[in-house]
Amino acid sequence: MDFPEDLKYNRSHEWAREDDGLVTIGISDYAQDQLGDVVFVELPAAGRKVAASEAVAVVESVKTASDIYSPADGEIVEVNTALESNPELLNEAPYGDGWMFKLRPSAPEALADMLDAAGYRAAIEEDS
Amino acid sequence: MNYTPHTEEDVTRALAAIGARSVDDLFSAIPVELLDPPIDLPSGMDEVSLLARMRQLAEANARSSTLMGGGLAKHFIPSVVQHLTMQSEFVTAYTPYQPEVSQGILQATFEYQTMMSELTELPVSNASMYDGASAVAEAALVAVRHTGRERVLVSAGVHPETREVLATYLGPLDIELTTVALDDRLSTPRLQVGNDVAAVLVQQPNFLGYLEDMEPLAEAAHAAGALFVSVVDPLSLGLLRPPGSYGADVAVGDGQTIGNPLYFGGPHFGFMVVTEQLLRQLPGRIVGQTVDVDGRRAFVLTLQAREQHIRRARAKSNICSNHQLTALMATVNLAALGPEGLCEAATGSVAAAHQLADDLAGEGYRVRREANFFNEFVIELDTVESDKDALDPVELYSASRAAASALAARGVQAGIPVPSEYGLNRPALLLCATELTSAEERRRLVRAMSEVVPVSAGTGGRR
Amino acid sequence: MKRHPVLEREPDFPLIFERSRPGRRAAVPPAAADIDLAAALGDNQLRQDPPRLPEVSELDLVRHYTQLAHRQFSIDSHVYPLGSCTMKYNPKVHEEAVRDFQDLHPYQAQETVQGALELLFELQHDLATLTGMDAMSLQPAAGAHGELTGILIIRAYHRSRGEDERRRVVLVPDSAHGTNPATAAMAGYRVVEVPTGRDGQVDLDAFRSALSPSVAAVMLTNPNTLGIFERNILEISRLSHAAGAQLYYDGANLNAIVGRARPGDMGFDVVHLNLHKTFTTPHGGGGPGTGPVGVKGHLRGHLPVPLIRRDGNGFAFDYDLPASIGRVRSFYGNFGNLVRAYAYIRSLGLEGLRAVSGMAVLNANYLQERMKQAGYRLPFDGRCMHEFVAQPPTGLRTLDLAKALLDEGVHPMTVYFPMVVKEAMMVEPTETESLETLDHYAELLGKVLESAREDPERLAQAPFSTPVRRLDEVTAARRPILRFDFKESS
Repeated sequence: MDFPEDLKYNRSHEWAREDDGLVTIGISDYAQDQLGDVVFVELPAAGRKVAASEAVAVVESVKTASDIYSPADGEIVEVNTALESNPELLNEAPYGDGWMFKLRPSAPEALADMLDAAGYRAAIEEDS
Repeated sequence: MNYTPHTEEDVTRALAAIGARSVDDLFSAIPVELLDPPIDLPSGMDEVSLLARMRQLAEANARSSTLMGGGLAKHFIPSVVQHLTMQSEFVTAYTPYQPEVSQGILQATFEYQTMMSELTELPVSNASMYDGASAVAEAALVAVRHTGRERVLVSAGVHPETREVLATYLGPLDIELTTVALDDRLSTPRLQVGNDVAAVLVQQPNFLGYLEDMEPLAEAAHAAGALFVSVVDPLSLGLLRPPGSYGADVAVGDGQTIGNPLYFGGPHFGFMVVTEQLLRQLPGRIVGQTVDVDGRRAFVLTLQAREQHIRRARAKSNICSNHQLTALMATVNLAALGPEGLCEAATGSVAAAHQLADDLAGEGYRVRREANFFNEFVIELDTVESDKDALDPVELYSASRAAASALAARGVQAGIPVPSEYGLNRPALLLCATELTSAEERRRLVRAMSEVVPVSAGTGGRR
Repeated sequence: MKRHPVLEREPDFPLIFERSRPGRRAAVPPAAADIDLAAALGDNQLRQDPPRLPEVSELDLVRHYTQLAHRQFSIDSHVYPLGSCTMKYNPKVHEEAVRDFQDLHPYQAQETVQGALELLFELQHDLATLTGMDAMSLQPAAGAHGELTGILIIRAYHRSRGEDERRRVVLVPDSAHGTNPATAAMAGYRVVEVPTGRDGQVDLDAFRSALSPSVAAVMLTNPNTLGIFERNILEISRLSHAAGAQLYYDGANLNAIVGRARPGDMGFDVVHLNLHKTFTTPHGGGGPGTGPVGVKGHLRGHLPVPLIRRDGNGFAFDYDLPASIGRVRSFYGNFGNLVRAYAYIRSLGLEGLRAVSGMAVLNANYLQERMKQAGYRLPFDGRCMHEFVAQPPTGLRTLDLAKALLDEGVHPMTVYFPMVVKEAMMVEPTETESLETLDHYAELLGKVLESAREDPERLAQAPFSTPVRRLDEVTAARRPILRFDFKESS
């Protein structure tokens, strides 16, 4: 299972990457594997203001629906509309074409509380 | 009597296997003070006594007629429908959770969804719901979720009981419900729709039987960014424009008229058909087509992640069943009738209702026909009381009820008292006819009516 | 990949639309009188293209739906021990009895439907005395619909006492049916889950700490979905009421105690019943169900209208409930099913109903014992009520075993519910199955375990002998096809 070192992670299995003041969010390889085949992704509207730990998206497999939480306060600036017609991107490329949405955090250091790859790996092992 | 197969020997053998002393012993987890309370029930009956009792109750009712409408009506249901749908496999199966052994029900539901989609010219039907009224309430909730708005506009032409159910569903969620009164033609006036409105709900034909001009109403809703919900009698769609053709986002209603007996109001089924963009908001079960591992076409419950058993508190609705068997009756009925048969049944209903209206108008009764009607219409009654200047609404309604009772006393089940909210200034009855209404039935009504409410030359509408 | 030798790929079973031929007909309604439709209805109201309904002969129709019926398991054809569903035998005499009531219109003058009202009045009484409640509404159309009704009644009650604003929470055990939390949300409440303890019952300490002045209602199923009677029910009731909350009974599992114990005596304020479970109205492949709601006296005024009351020598609709939540359904509910349930209660009487719960619990315990002997695990070992939850031996998947049972010609149990048990197999044999049937079922359960051990790969591909095999549910959900495409066929 792959957990790129340059990403930050949450225990609720989102990953985040900060670039030029924008944060891209998706779900981890572990999360997509646990969910199984993703059949639908419900994305937030661009422009929506969100709070840290707020459920902002839903990922559905045949028999489950999982909330996806925002890692920080901020505003949704872009969503990955390709997921609407190709939800399988989440399974095929969770860190690439399967990204979910981009957030402009309202404060700097927004991802400071998130785990690094090693910390996330440890958290998963603890849970299972 | 009961239906347990256990012999005394069986009970002994089972208890021994479990290691229990007695059947009562199996209930030892229940606190003793809760066991064996006084329950006031008569002793059981054998089959013959039971059927005698049931017939006694059945015979204490008068059979209905084809002249009663108000949301339900007696239409032609070919014998083959009852025969096919009462097959054990359809009647005694559960929800098709194991699709490999449930293709019968799953495929029939896929056929149902296709037929409802054809009738309404909207693409996405669910597998059916409880009844028309609760389906309308769920449709309003679809619009609220879709638009994020919290006000619903409903025409007073929507069945009064449907509006009551709507109020019950919307109230606890703090969604405001605004009712638009009918105009002098007993139809929905041009609407002002605010930008805070999630949905506009209009019934076609409306509760009093009259045809609404749906297209401009739909346009008014859409201009304000609201959804347009069309509440329809599916039988009427054999003749009338389908909701999809005038821009409805949701078509919803009660399916009784296309294949369910009356049964004193249920069970029937509600249906809901929506546009593609509302697919994910649709409550209730949905069947989809797929293939099995060998590539054979097969059907399965799908999009289940919307539903309560997965979403729990965040489901689109708490609904966890459909009214499968009654929806199946409609499926088989529509297949038996075909496009021509459905059109003939609808035409027969319109023709009979217009004949009845002509018969009554010919006798001098005041038939309301400012707007076109389908197979129901209102007649206003000139009674002695109505000569008084201002009858209050309660008295008017009792006078209407008294007229219906008087007809019933003459063996004619006909006429629903028109609720006082419609503001008619005379007692009034809602009358109905269907393709099953015979000339004799019409004559009997006219005769009984002449005994109950003589036409008074002074105030009556003798033409 | 191994393939079962008997299977050839058969052609797809046709849809009724694929059997259609233009101009072919089955049923013909009575001929209509001549009418100018454009004049009567208005030009702009008429439909342009007819709906593409099937055009088939009556024999085509009969064959189609008869063959479809043969592609369907049912109680009448197969043992069907779905946990929490109470798949008991549906007596045929009820179908005979109900037919005489089909020709009643709900708006007929009251004096012409006295038999129907008498039946409803008596059924209100029968269900009230069986549940220990003071009043019943027969209006809700299904169990979940009854739940919504019941929770709205509770909300109306709190509002009438000025407490609606602060009571915003409904407590639900984590083992509850999904409808419980979904219902609470529909009624505008926030849901808080209470964990199940190691003994399979509500964790009393967790329950105590979850209770607060903001709790409006506690929803419980008793026995619960694990088939275990909540022994602390009187304490739960005392605590709930002390906190000002109302106690709600989900009647899905009433079959376990019918005629022997009553939710009303346990302290429940509201109950809903599933007439299609305990009172054996047919499930119909998914409905119509029927979900009457009973309440204690203090909530009577909030019931939906109308109720049925005595009126002199007759019976009448009672609309006089000023604090009513309003209607939840048109007319008077699923009357046809109310007739069937009445017939059932009257044919069994109290003694018959006690036999129902007695034999239901006996059968469940017997099958539980047999299943244990066959090598299945019991997460909550001990006596059960009318149902129990088992698990396959470690490493085996419930799904595969369930599919293998289909090949053996029986319907599997409920699988993967309740969610608090991994690989859950929830079994409810009901009282109408004989010990021989249960013995046979247990043997088959043993047999599929054996084949799972011998050839796990083959098991993962079961079933082989059913009309279709495992389905591609992923594509069904990703690219939904929800109606027949006429273009494709022509």
